[in-house]
Amino acid sequence: MSRARRGSLGWMVLPALLFFTVFAVLPLLGVVALSFTNWDGIGAISAAGMDNWLAVLSDPVMYNAVWLTFVIMVVSWLVQTPLSLLLGTFTAGSQRYRAVLAVLYFLPLLLSSAAIAIAYKALLDPNFGLAEGLGLPFLAQDWLGQPQLVLFLVIFVIAWQFVPFHTLIYQGGVRQIPKSLYEAAEIDGAGRVKQFFYITVPQLKYTIITSSTLMVVGSLTYFDLIFVLTAGGPGNSTRILALDMYLTGFRANLMGPASVTAVILVVVGLGLALLLQRLGGKNAGGSQLEGL
Amino acid sequence: MEPRLSSRRSFLALAALTPLAAWTVTACGTSGPGTAPAGGATFWSLTGEPNESIRKKSLDAFNAANPDSRIVATVFQNDAYKTKIKTAIGAGQAPTIIYGWGGGTLKTYAQAGQVEDLTGWFDSNPDVKAKLFPSSFAAATIDGKIYAVPTQTVAPIVFYYNKELFAKANAQPPKTWDDLLALTKTFNDMGVAPLSLGGQSRWTSMMWLEYLLDRIGGPEVFRAIFDGKANAWSDPAVIETCTKIQDLVTANGFIKGFSSITADSNADQALLFTGKAAMMLHGAWTYGGMKHDGGTFVQDGKLGWFDFPAIGGGKGDPRNTVGNPAQYLSISAKASAAEKEAAKKFFKDGLLTTDEITAYISSGAVPIVQGIEDKLASSEDKDFLNYVYTLSKNAPSLQQSWDQALSPTAAEALLSNIDQLFLKSITPEQFAANMNATLGK
Repeated sequence: MSRARRGSLGWMVLPALLFFTVFAVLPLLGVVALSFTNWDGIGAISAAGMDNWLAVLSDPVMYNAVWLTFVIMVVSWLVQTPLSLLLGTFTAGSQRYRAVLAVLYFLPLLLSSAAIAIAYKALLDPNFGLAEGLGLPFLAQDWLGQPQLVLFLVIFVIAWQFVPFHTLIYQGGVRQIPKSLYEAAEIDGAGRVKQFFYITVPQLKYTIITSSTLMVVGSLTYFDLIFVLTAGGPGNSTRILALDMYLTGFRANLMGPASVTAVILVVVGLGLALLLQRLGGKNAGGSQLEGL
Repeated sequence: MEPRLSSRRSFLALAALTPLAAWTVTACGTSGPGTAPAGGATFWSLTGEPNESIRKKSLDAFNAANPDSRIVATVFQNDAYKTKIKTAIGAGQAPTIIYGWGGGTLKTYAQAGQVEDLTGWFDSNPDVKAKLFPSSFAAATIDGKIYAVPTQTVAPIVFYYNKELFAKANAQPPKTWDDLLALTKTFNDMGVAPLSLGGQSRWTSMMWLEYLLDRIGGPEVFRAIFDGKANAWSDPAVIETCTKIQDLVTANGFIKGFSSITADSNADQALLFTGKAAMMLHGAWTYGGMKHDGGTFVQDGKLGWFDFPAIGGGKGDPRNTVGNPAQYLSISAKASAAEKEAAKKFFKDGLLTTDEITAYISSGAVPIVQGIEDKLASSEDKDFLNYVYTLSKNAPSLQQSWDQALSPTAAEALLSNIDQLFLKSITPEQFAANMNATLGK
């Protein structure tokens, strides 16, 4: 039985593998090759040796971009995970008002990043924005124009966009938890808070890992939202790695250095994803439902 | 079982991750829309009124008259287009007719053999060449060969002001830099922003440097930069220009939040015509925009304009101006012979026709056509049009916008450094050092 299943699995992975090779591995190899060349995207390609790597690795803008990417990654995780976990647990209940609220919470999922960015840009405009419309002068901050403030605004908008998605993941996860666990806890006299921390959270271990992987790896590639909202500015205050790569490649026509950044992004992303998988622990494949 | 599971997980992680990575690499890989009809050609240009409608009308007229060589147009937003067209040309997906600004970008196309040499075509169609402003050809000429047809309008950078606010403040348009600084205080005390600026677009901030550097050091300073002379950005005139800019920022000359305002949304123009800002340095094309969007602001005569103030002790002629000498259309070298023929026919019969000239003039712009004084004088915008015409015609130097004149690589570094200069996150000396590193690139 198990042998037969393994055989059919190997065969079924072929189409995906083919797709993966053509659209992921080959372009990736192309980018690695490009990172050792000079190319403006239009003319002839010439070999550059290690020049691009040395230039990128000694560029302070690059380290600034790495730092910003890291900050966005960590703060986004810290903001989004508790919110999504709580909202997911809340919307998993079967009461009708929760279903209604869930629909409202999921609305941002329907909007494209560009639309969200344009909407927030209009709302946050210090001269024509929300402050002006509602007559609330304290809202008339230069939200997107102050280097110290803008990063947190970006993190807020990212959270607004992605919390609904992770809420959905957690909602599904919570609904999978057997009711009998809660019933047993209730008989033992555990309150709601205790039930949440001793049943819901441990049972959601793998959901948390999945959601965190998506958040962390996703934050490496946040691009569209930031590109439209701030275009990396003011100055370099929101010029994260993915944006830096785009601006270097397609604005400054320096495909070589941009490819170096791309390779770094791939390596970092891969490393993070593997690390998060490891965090699942040695027993990651094991069941959470032993004894049931 | 352990190792097997773990390696499968690693593989899955790889599978989950690599598409993300691949996406970042191919983020701009969509192919261009629109294929040319049989015997016709494709044409990419920009959105934004009033020019979008004018171009469309000319195209419709040309297509109706030439059903066998129809031109199919696609329009893009300005900043998005600049990236899109480069990617498309690099990928061999360029339209037949490429809209552009000449200068450094056109040079990279020409050097890569991506655009058609039109010198011969101009020689066999001398009347086309004779019709246009001679000054418009400089930015289309690379190593003595013409790679683009100048078209549309001349757009020097003009200093606009809100006459109503000036009357309220009992102020006069500034004649010198000191006048401008004094006005900064006057308007700040009134609770009005002295200057509107769409700083997130960055080329808007660049216009300030272009004028200041010309007034302080004359056109020779940028000429040296353009020629790639070593340390050309360290010229004392550049340092003084940057210092003056940062003084103006410190004096709250520019509107609060300027670094998050974009020019593509015309928010900077809106600040001027809604009375939130008193002055604005911007392209002549914004006159049409403000006339279109600003209610009756322009029609009621509330919009004024003046020459960029002189700088005490400056070397530049105060009549010098900066801006776009014209817009430019090139033909893709990769297009088929039939497409090229259709494009050339359009260049000859479809551009700056009598109707189009009239349309540009009534939109408040000066087309780059010789001998149109009478038409300008009979326009309802004759005050502004005559000002722009005289400014462009009499200027001893009309410096092309820097980001267009320089190579894309140098231009991107320039815009990024200008952004930081306006935020005061770098000093004038750092600006010069950063820019010196881009010379000749």
